[in-house]
Amino acid sequence: MAFKIRSTIMDTDQIRRAIKRIAHEIVERNHGVDNIVVVGIRRRGVFLAQRIAKYLEQIESADVPIGALDITLYRDDFSVSTSKPIVGTTEINEDITDKVVVLVDDVLYTGRTIRAALDELIDFGRPRQIQLAVLVDRGHREFPIKADYVGKNVPTSESEFVEVHVIELDEEDEVILGEKSL
Amino acid sequence: MTELDRKDLLGLEGMSAEEIELFLDTTASFKEISERTVKKVPALRGKTIVNLFFEPSTRTRASFELAEKRLSADAVNISKSTSSVVKGESLRDTAENLQAMKIDVIVIRHAASGAPHFLASLLDASVVNAGDGAHEHPTQGLLDIFTLRENLGDLSGRKIVIVGDIAHSRVARSNIFGLVTLGADVTVCGPPTMMPVGIEKLGVTIERNLLRAVEDADAVNLMRIQLERQKVSLFPTLAEYASVYGMNRETLRHMKPECLVMHPGPMNRGVEISQEVADSDRAVILEQVTNGVAVRMATLYLICGGAQREKVLTDEEEVEAPPANREAV
Repeated sequence: MAFKIRSTIMDTDQIRRAIKRIAHEIVERNHGVDNIVVVGIRRRGVFLAQRIAKYLEQIESADVPIGALDITLYRDDFSVSTSKPIVGTTEINEDITDKVVVLVDDVLYTGRTIRAALDELIDFGRPRQIQLAVLVDRGHREFPIKADYVGKNVPTSESEFVEVHVIELDEEDEVILGEKSL
Repeated sequence: MTELDRKDLLGLEGMSAEEIELFLDTTASFKEISERTVKKVPALRGKTIVNLFFEPSTRTRASFELAEKRLSADAVNISKSTSSVVKGESLRDTAENLQAMKIDVIVIRHAASGAPHFLASLLDASVVNAGDGAHEHPTQGLLDIFTLRENLGDLSGRKIVIVGDIAHSRVARSNIFGLVTLGADVTVCGPPTMMPVGIEKLGVTIERNLLRAVEDADAVNLMRIQLERQKVSLFPTLAEYASVYGMNRETLRHMKPECLVMHPGPMNRGVEISQEVADSDRAVILEQVTNGVAVRMATLYLICGGAQREKVLTDEEEVEAPPANREAV
């Protein structure tokens, strides 16, 4: 797909600072990291979750368990969409019952991914609370879902796209805003 | 983008290595679900699946039913003895009546080779072959290959020996088709009366002597002696078969220490496999059973899902998709 405009709205440093700030906000709001489990949504949310957990451990000098969710099997468009992504693996090794789960994703958009993630998480136990951390909130929600921790609010139009790149999968850490070609 | 363009799973014959690997990779993801406290995901909610079993089965039938339930599909079980087949209803009428009830998938086991293929061409519903005569048993083949891959890694060049009643074994045939496609070195071993003429054309090596066959094997898969399918006696006595082709402690000593022992079940203990081999730490027979549920979940998911993307849906694709299903979940 060709793009009309393409600009970097967060670079490596800005992403690092945003993640670090989110980690501090998590510590402040939860009075430490006891009972915190950080769970990333595949694929890029998992890498952001690992970074948040690392900062939490540094700030509080305590272990913070992490997990990964693949929400493919909980999607709401299984019967309407023609092509399906390959199913990834969910790894929740921690008992999340009575824990505070911080769910991490890269971009918050319609909220449908988060709905699926909430349903899947609840199949693993009954967390005391689920909080949501996202690197970018671009608006246009279709479900009543709101993030607790936001790296950057980016007002967008529906004809634009937001891409988060992470060094683990892409060439570098960056957030791109562009316009879809017509 | 490679698409899985497949309404049915009838056999591993003719399937590409890519397609087999899609089934295996998907299986790996489904395996974890059976370890959860809540062993259920909503993927196939609202789908109706009929398990039509014209032959006896414990493992395959329970495995399919559990797979269906763990995917939230609604399952109906029909066995020959309690169906209208005993009143003389034909397979075609049975299947068309089931389809008239708006079902999505038929899982069929039948004594006649080709019965699933007949239904697949007749029906709009998807058909999964759960064993047809002496022809194929694709989900068993896939679960055997998945178990091998989990234990051995890449199968290309690995020596896999299939021992026993090759002629009557649909499990052997599905294993051969899949393993040869994936580049494994397959040897078949059994009495001449149980060795189909021309089997080497499938790309396998024939070895009559069990000890020679197993000496450098990475895995040995023992086929059950299927007394119910033998119209004439193919060997003098079970005891003689056991002494020549049965796997026992003595055979184990001729094998590499890490060589795996597999059996699709049900085992005739004391015939093709001795007690101590069946219960030894080389045997991955119960692992095969565990993997069977995951393979069947993957199969039903892929069959019901229709088209499949080759790679993981990336976040960019999610937001770049056309407005109708943009970031649709």
